[in-house]
Order: sequence, then C-alpha cells, then structure tokens
Amino acid sequence: MHAFNYHRPSSVADASKQAGAGADVRLLAGGQSLVQAMKLRLSAPSDLVDLNAIAELRGIKSDGKTVTVGAMTRHAEVAGSADVKKAIPALAALAGMIGDRQVRNQGTIGGSLANNDPAADYPAAVLGLGATIVTNKRKIDADKFFKGMFETALERGEIITQVSFPVPKRAAYVKFKNPASRFAIVGVFAADTGNGVRVAVTGAGPSVFRQTDMEKALSSKFDPASVANVRQKADGLNSDLHASAEYRAHLVTVMTKRAVEAAMK
Amino acid sequence: MAVKISMKVNGKPVSAEVEARTLLVTFIREHLRLTGTHVGCDTAQCGACTVHMNGKAVKSCSMLAMQAEGADILTIEGVAKADGALHPMQAAFKEHHGLQCGFCTPGMVMNAIDFAAKHPGASEQEVRESLEGNLCRCTGYHNIVKAIMAGSKAMAAAK
Amino acid sequence: MATSLIGARVARKEDYRFLTGAGQYTDDVALPGQTYAVFVRSPHAHAKIKSIKKDKALAARGVLAVYTGDDLAAAKVGGLPCGWLITGTDGQPMKEPPHPPLAQGKVRYVGDHVAVVIAESQSAARDAAELVQVDYEALPAVVNASKATQKGAPALHDIAPDNKCYTWALGDKAAVDAAFAKAAHVTKLDFVNNRLIPNAIEPRAANATYSRAEDSYTLYVASQNPHVERLLMTAFVLGLPEHKVRVVAPDVGGGFGSKIYLYAEDVVVTWASRQLGRPVKWTAERSESFVSDAHGRDHHTVAEMAMDKDGKFLAMRVRTTANLGAYLSTFASCIPTILYATLLAGQYTTPVIYCEVTAVFTNTAPVDAYRGAGRPEATYVVERLVETAARDMKLDPAEIRRRNFIKTFPYQTPVALMYDTGNYDATLDAVMKMADVTGFARRKEEAAKRGKLRGLGYCCYIEACGIAPSNIAGALGARAGLFEAGEIRVHPTGSVTVFTGSHAHGQGHETTFAQVVADKLGLPIESVDVVHGDTSKILFGMGTYGSRSIAVGGTAIVKALDKIIAKGKKIAAHLMEAAETDIEYDKGVFKVAGTDKQKMFGEIAFAAYVPHNYPLDKLEPGLNENAFYDPTNFTFPAGSYVCEVEIDRDTGVTKVVNFSAVDDFGKIINPMIVEGQVHGGLTQGIGQALTENCRYDPESGQLLTGSFTDYCVPRADDVPSYRLDTRETPCTHNPLGVKGCGEAGAIGAPAAVMNAITDALGIRDLPMPATAETVWKAIQANKKAA
Repeated sequence: MHAFNYHRPSSVADASKQAGAGADVRLLAGGQSLVQAMKLRLSAPSDLVDLNAIAELRGIKSDGKTVTVGAMTRHAEVAGSADVKKAIPALAALAGMIGDRQVRNQGTIGGSLANNDPAADYPAAVLGLGATIVTNKRKIDADKFFKGMFETALERGEIITQVSFPVPKRAAYVKFKNPASRFAIVGVFAADTGNGVRVAVTGAGPSVFRQTDMEKALSSKFDPASVANVRQKADGLNSDLHASAEYRAHLVTVMTKRAVEAAMK
Repeated sequence: MAVKISMKVNGKPVSAEVEARTLLVTFIREHLRLTGTHVGCDTAQCGACTVHMNGKAVKSCSMLAMQAEGADILTIEGVAKADGALHPMQAAFKEHHGLQCGFCTPGMVMNAIDFAAKHPGASEQEVRESLEGNLCRCTGYHNIVKAIMAGSKAMAAAK
Repeated sequence: MATSLIGARVARKEDYRFLTGAGQYTDDVALPGQTYAVFVRSPHAHAKIKSIKKDKALAARGVLAVYTGDDLAAAKVGGLPCGWLITGTDGQPMKEPPHPPLAQGKVRYVGDHVAVVIAESQSAARDAAELVQVDYEALPAVVNASKATQKGAPALHDIAPDNKCYTWALGDKAAVDAAFAKAAHVTKLDFVNNRLIPNAIEPRAANATYSRAEDSYTLYVASQNPHVERLLMTAFVLGLPEHKVRVVAPDVGGGFGSKIYLYAEDVVVTWASRQLGRPVKWTAERSESFVSDAHGRDHHTVAEMAMDKDGKFLAMRVRTTANLGAYLSTFASCIPTILYATLLAGQYTTPVIYCEVTAVFTNTAPVDAYRGAGRPEATYVVERLVETAARDMKLDPAEIRRRNFIKTFPYQTPVALMYDTGNYDATLDAVMKMADVTGFARRKEEAAKRGKLRGLGYCCYIEACGIAPSNIAGALGARAGLFEAGEIRVHPTGSVTVFTGSHAHGQGHETTFAQVVADKLGLPIESVDVVHGDTSKILFGMGTYGSRSIAVGGTAIVKALDKIIAKGKKIAAHLMEAAETDIEYDKGVFKVAGTDKQKMFGEIAFAAYVPHNYPLDKLEPGLNENAFYDPTNFTFPAGSYVCEVEIDRDTGVTKVVNFSAVDDFGKIINPMIVEGQVHGGLTQGIGQALTENCRYDPESGQLLTGSFTDYCVPRADDVPSYRLDTRETPCTHNPLGVKGCGEAGAIGAPAAVMNAITDALGIRDLPMPATAETVWKAIQANKKAA
C-alpha cells in the first residue's frame, strides 16, 4: 500500500470539505473494496477521509412506505434488521448474500454504491426498487445514479448519506455467484412495485441495468412463465474467464425467472 | 503519515504511533507480536486473518488499523480461558480433528465462534455457507463442519 | 497398558498450539535486526533484460541493498539444480538449462525473479521495488506445451531450441502395437489434465541469518524437507560447508508438494544475510504464490485401450505431452515419467503397456509435484479410459473392472512395478454397497422429476508410495537417496523424544509417530514427543512427499525402537540376573520367561542413565538409538470411489451429492487422522474436476488466474460430507504393515467426478474443470444433436 494522508472527520460537513480538497482524495467507508485495491497498489489515493467516526451516517428507519438506510450501515445490519425483513425481505436477503460473513460485518451500503463494482449486489436492489440516493448535496434517482463501470453520478466532495427504498408489493433477488470471488456473475432483482415492474441486472454488464423487455413481459403478468422466452442479448455483456457473454445472457433469463418465482412465494 | 492509535486487544488497552497505511493485521502481528492471526491471501478470500471487532468477525487484512480506533478487538490468543482451558469451539475443533496444518485454524475458530453465537442450532448447510469467507486446503471442510456443529452445541449448553 | 494405541483415534498433540495461536510459522519468526526482502518480478512472459537501474531504489528511505542476477553471478552463486536425471529414448540426458536464482539476461515467465530489494521494513522494500528500473525487450511467448514444440515457436533456452527437455518412453512398443492390431475393440480418448496451483494457505516464506561468531547460517523456511533444502543449497548453489548451515522448517501451513523444492527466494535471502550481516526475511504475498510456487499437472494425453470381445484389456498405449514450465524445478523431470507411466497398469492385468512422454519448456511457472504427482494424471488416464471402454462395450463399469482386476499377488506389472498385495474386489464391493449403487436408478428418476440430471461414476485407483529403494531409484536417475532417518532418545526418567526426518505440515506426525512409540514402549502418549524440521536436531531426513512418512519415516522409527528394546533386554537381563535370551518384552514390560520377575521400561531407562547396577564392562550406558531405513519396494495403497452428481439443466451447475470412498491403506495407526487426509485429498481432487484451473493468456503469457478471486479453490459449500471406509491388506515389506494415505483422495477423485458427469450428460468426454458454463455448453450441444 502506498502512503497517504489520513483524515477522520466527525461530521459530514467536514468530510465533504476534506474530500473536495484534491483529485486523488478518496472516502473510506468499510474499506472492503478500497483497502483491497490499495493493498494491491491498484489504487493510490493521496488522502483518505475515513467516515467511520460520523455517527449520523448509520442506522435504519422504516415507516411502512419507505426503508431508509444510512450510508455507513453495515451489510450485516441490513441483513439482520427486523424492520428491513418485514418491509422489504428481498433487500435483507440481498444484503445477506454480499461477500461473506466477515465482509458483511464491515462493508457498507454507501461504500458499495459509490464504488459501483459491476458485479456488486446492492446496485441491483437500488435500481430494482427505484430507490433514492441521498447525498449531502441532493437526492439522486437510482435511474440516474449508475453511470458505467465503477462510475456514478457522484461529484467530488459529494457524500452519500442515506438510501431510501420504497416498499414494493413483492420482490426477490437471485444471484448466480462467481464460484471463486462470490461476486455476482449474474444477479437479478425483480420487483413488483405496485407502480410497475422493475428488473435490475447486475454482474452481466459493465454496470447494473434494467431489463426492460422482461419488465414489459412481467407487467402484463407477474409470473415466471412470462419471461421464460424473453432473451437477453449477449452484445455488450461482460465476457471473462468465468462466463462468456452468451452464457451470461442465458443466465439473465434463468435468474429472472427464478427471482419472479421467489417473489411470488 | 504517522497516526496515533488506541484500542483494546484481548481485554488490554494498547496504543501506538503507526503509519496510517498500517493494516489492522499488521498492527496485531508486527506491533503487538500476536502472531496467531495469519495472512493467507491479499484479496480477502481466505479468512485466516479473522478477528472479532466489537464482537463481530471481520477480516483484519481488509481494514486499516485506524478503522479499529477505539474498538474492542479479540484475537485467537484471547479466546481460551486464562488458565489455558480451551473455549468450547476450540475444544470441538480438537475433538473432531477440524484442523491439520493449523494455518487457517485461527480464522476458522474466530468466525465459527461469532457464527455460533448468532445462529445457535444452525443446519449443516448453514454452517457450510457460514464458511464462505474462510479457505482451508487441508481438511476438505468435513471435520471443520462437524466441529462447528458440535462447538455450537457446546457453546449453547455452556450459556 | 491394556489397550493398544495403534489403531486408536487419539486426539492430536499438536492441536493445542494451533488452536490458541501459539503455532510458530516462518513469518512469525522475528529476529533481532530483522530486514525485509521484496522481489522484483518479471511482468513479461518472455523478454530480454537490456538493463537494470538500481540507483533510485537504493536511494529510497530505509533501503539497505538491491541485488540482481549480475551480483549473484559475480559472487559465484550457482543455479538451482534438478534432482532427477531422465535419459531420453535417444539415449541422451535430458536438457538441463541454467536456472539462476535471479534472472541473467532473460526472463522466461511472468513472476520470474529479476532483482531483490532489502530494506528496514516490508513497506519500504515494497515501495523501493517499484523504483528498480528494468528495461525489457519483450519476446514472443508460448504457454501451451503442444504449441511450444511446433516449428517457429519461440525458444526459451539455447540448449533446447525445440523446447523439448526430453522424450522418454516405458514399455514394449512392438508388443503393444501387435496387441492393438488384433483387438476386437479400441477405446480412445484425447484429453488435458488441467494445470493446478497448489495454494497451501500459508504462503511460502524464508528468513535467514548469518552468525559471524560461528561463521554459520540459519534459515527458517516453509519447507517440507529441510535436510534436502540444505543439501541442495550448500552443495549445488552456494558452495557452503553443509555443517555451517542450519535449516529450520518450523510449523508449516500445508505443502501439497509446493514446499518440497529449493526455491530462488530461499537461496537469495540466505546469501544476502551474510552480505548485510543482518537477518533477511521474505514472505510471499498470495499474488506472488500464484505466479511463483511450482504448479502441478498440465498434461495433454492421447490414450487408447485395446480389448477383446469380452472387454478384457489387451494393451494400452499412451502419449503424453507434459508442460514443465520455464525451468526445471527440483523434481520436475521425474513426475511425468517415473511417477506417472509406472502407474498405468492401475488395478488391472493389462498385459502390455507403452507410454511415451515428451516434456516441454514453456513460458509459464515451473511445474513439479502437486498432491499425487504423476499418479493422479495416470489414474485419470486409466479410469476415464476404463469407464469409457465399459460404455463402448455396453458393459457395467463395475463389471469391466472386475473382469480385469489383478487377483494374485505379488504381481509384476508391465510398467516396472511389483505390487506386493491388494484386494481390489473387496474395496469395490464395499464402496458399491456404501454408495447404494443399486438404488441409483431410482434416485436418477426422482432427480429428473426435479429437472436435474443425475450421474454416477467410479474410480478404482492404485498409488505407489514411499518411492524406493534408493539403488533402483538411482539407476533410474534419482540424484538423492530415498531412505528416512529416525532417532529415539529415552530420557533418564523414562520419557522419550523421537526425532524424525519426516517433516509434518498438517499430517499429524507428532501424534501418529508418538502413538507408535508409546504403544511399543508402554508409555502414556503424553510421555512421547516428536521433533522434526530442524537440521540441527535431526540426524538426517529426506522429508515428506509421496505419502511416504509412515511407511518410510515410521519404519525408521520402528527400527530404532527395536534397537532400544534390544538394549533394554540386555539391561533387564542384568538387573534380574537372567539370561538375555530369557527376557520377553511386551509394551514396556521386560519379563523373565516363565517367572513373575519383571522390570518396567522406566526402570530400565533409569538404570541406563544411573548405571550403578549395570554391566558397564559389556554395555555402554544411556538409551539412545537411531536408524536409517531404505525400503525394499514401494507400498501400494488402492481404493474404490463412487461419485454421484446432480446437474442443474438450466445453469449447468454440478453438485457432488454423494461421495463414497473405500481405501486400503494397509494397517492404520490413527483412523481419525487418516480420514482427515482422505477428506482433504478428495476435496482437492473435486477441486481439480469442478473448479480449479490455472490459465495463462495464450498470446501474452500473463497469468489470468492469479488470485483467489479468479482461481477457485473449493469452499465448504462446494463439497459434500464424505462417506468413508477402509479395507485392510497389510503391506508385506514393512514392520507396521502400513502403506500411506496422503494423496489417495486427490488421485482418485477427479476421474470419479468426471465419470459421473459424463454419465449424467450421456456424453463421451468433457474437459476439466467441469465449470457450470462448460457443462451448460455440453447440454446445449446435446440438445442440438438430438
């Protein structure tokens, strides 16, 4: 790991000031991706702004219509939250599938979303539920947040403070894991929101995306059979050691079917 | 950049001045010389570095020491009783031959204790899934799974 | 003591330290004045080194030294040797290209050692390593062995312009060709035995220190065989007197073959410790382990079996191209030859066998022994071929095996080995019962209703352990002996320290060997400690590999025990005023035959060290004996495995739902430890079949599977709970009747899994590893064909 300057602000305002001070400043949340990248010297920030001491960034609230999760809330807290399990069980289940137990005890929702790893799980829930990302500067719709591989709408000095998830009628997340890394080769979050159907796919492409053909098919009938013959095009999908684009395309259909099936249970 | 750090490790307060880039595992192994916590990979897969931070299993190779500022850390050296008697989970690993070369063992035990405390009565499949963050190359996991199930029972009984 | 410790499930003596974090692995050793080494490694698979500039690195904070290949050459540090000379079919010795510890002029694989930076801290060394400026001229690379021998392929070494190290053969080619000519049926397969990366969870590490006072070195190293490490390093590389180097392999976190070898890093830190007058430590990061530990397997094979109309095997013909990587690792040359072709008879009476092996240099990490070493590759050839032959001949796969089993022993195979004993029907019968083979059709039908494809596969393997005897191995090219040494040191108060050359890195020797000794001496196991892994304490040792420890190392201990007991009888005879021939011994009790006079072992020990009433005129005081044991033959563990898989049609995901294994390891000292060895071996074997695959980019030679996020080592939820049992035909030529068990699972599992998968899919072959996508594609191809 290269050397860096370390900051430990106790308020979002201070953190924002420090984070905006230079181009190579990075925010440190749980560190489950960033510390790894720094260890392997793939990332070498000049400064790290550690968000761990900012109490206001943690916590879960639920009012029956919306579940709000603080940016520094750990995956295990979301997975184990009685409120989340009651309001959006699919979100709790998804959080319980991220990485492994130890990673879930340390990784945060804000860190995951800001990183926007193409194979991360949280982006599927955020996009699949049409959540709102709240920052210290504004509110960003899920549809406008994810910009591409490891790219988001966040600006320099902008810090995610919380994420608001509207409670759907029914939803489920199904993940086909990379056997080695346990990230998603294909993860599908399917939600019948009460205001339309949303299908968000992670792992398959350069960034999480909505599968609109499947959404259309499911809007007429929310049933696995509706998507059984809807094909995902392989063009533009990821292709690597673990899965070709063609195989990923096939898995999008299979996982969507399974997600709908699970949502109906 | 040097930073001041203080935390509790195995019940004892410790403080030091370290480079900001010091990982928690490096702090534990090199500064405190508690070498029971191991490093088996550099991508957070193997789990040999697992310790408890405020009662939860975390990978000490995947966090800066500063991320544990003020925290309560438990390492494998702090698990057995002061008189040397093994914790029920450690005893179960011995009884069921849940270790061979011993290198992954501290991480396995630390994760298992946290898991068993939160999921008493877990099924074999759940125990296997709980080990997603721990690699063992010797045992084929068979006896680790048996040990965790037995250790979990023993922990519940000891409550 | 009433109950025997031999055969008992004794909990391990070594566990307490490992469970409490008190184990001492190499990286845990911190020496006063410790410095840290980081290696600069080649980012190219093949390149000329035009220049290396050290000045920036040398000027960096905390840096003590930077050394390159030129520095080692100037200091006359030699190259890394190969321990086995193979002579080719042309009568010529194999090509042995220079293997400098730090590259000289050229790098030949990604990860090849270019320079070392030594600094006051690990992070300073790592920072400075980035400042070493190496100017490379990239050359074309070749990573595939078959491509490396084609015309126009880039040549790695001047002495092997066609990249061939040797072409070697075993067996009677003319007789095999003749048998094929008259065969009723020939089954042929063409497959790859996938390249694996061992990945012991403890990364390799070395920490060396030089004492000016004694003019001697101490090297702490994660090694499976410290004496061999010392011998090779002193005699061939550093030219040091052997007695001036102490090698300590403390607790070692798994090896699986990868820690047998003398590696460049060990040599460099040892040499540098004297240059700097300070201890120098290097610990691999996992990314370094991936590129620089010796890899395993990587064969391409075409294999044929000739049969008569009843499925009786008439002959077998095998051609293999073996990838050796960029340089010859310590035992690389004997793996695809001596430890491979000799196993091709398997459990069968195939009367004639011919095997030809071409070993090839490529721009990849060196390849050497990995759990099983040649024997898994041989078993895969035989057992995939036999299962396919059964399908071709419409015979039950168990039946075709039974028709061809060797039934009388000793049995001379056509590929040099003489099996001393075995009972192959017994293990096959037992495993079929255990796996409920008769209920399989019902389970398959039930699975189909759930949309799953279910398959069942067998593997009946043979293994040769405890490679020996030394003189025959020497005639075949071995450059070292293959014996083992043991010492029993009885202390005056009757407790015992056992010293063994068999290093333990997970196998539990501290318990198993203590069981043998405590049992024979009638002592509680707590009174017996086993010491290994330190050349300053142990007489000598050939180390731990090839499942040899109990059969060879254990026998050396028994031989030393015999000497202890023989001397004890003399002392007892004196104490009880009886004739030595009248003394009977059993489990710690010396009796005068036909009387109630007796002396306990502890009394004899005390008398030996406090020789007040002692035959000093005829007998030396003290009770301390050692023995060297060179076996007369290999041992031949064998077993039968049945694997049952379920495949998800939609995704191609394969799940091993049942795995039953019945092994014959001869006599078993500690069944609990033996089961653990089988569990681990099976998991590595299932890993080879389903998840593990080392891949290099064919053009650039970059390692594509360079971390645990891309190279899939099995996790707990990838494997089932195993069903195990044993049958016992004791080895006929060692006193314990033991055979060895460390590699069996890794040898037998891959073929069993692949036989099950091909059965489920109804296809002839599928490359390993059978990843979900590979299986899914096979399902798609099946659909198209149908």
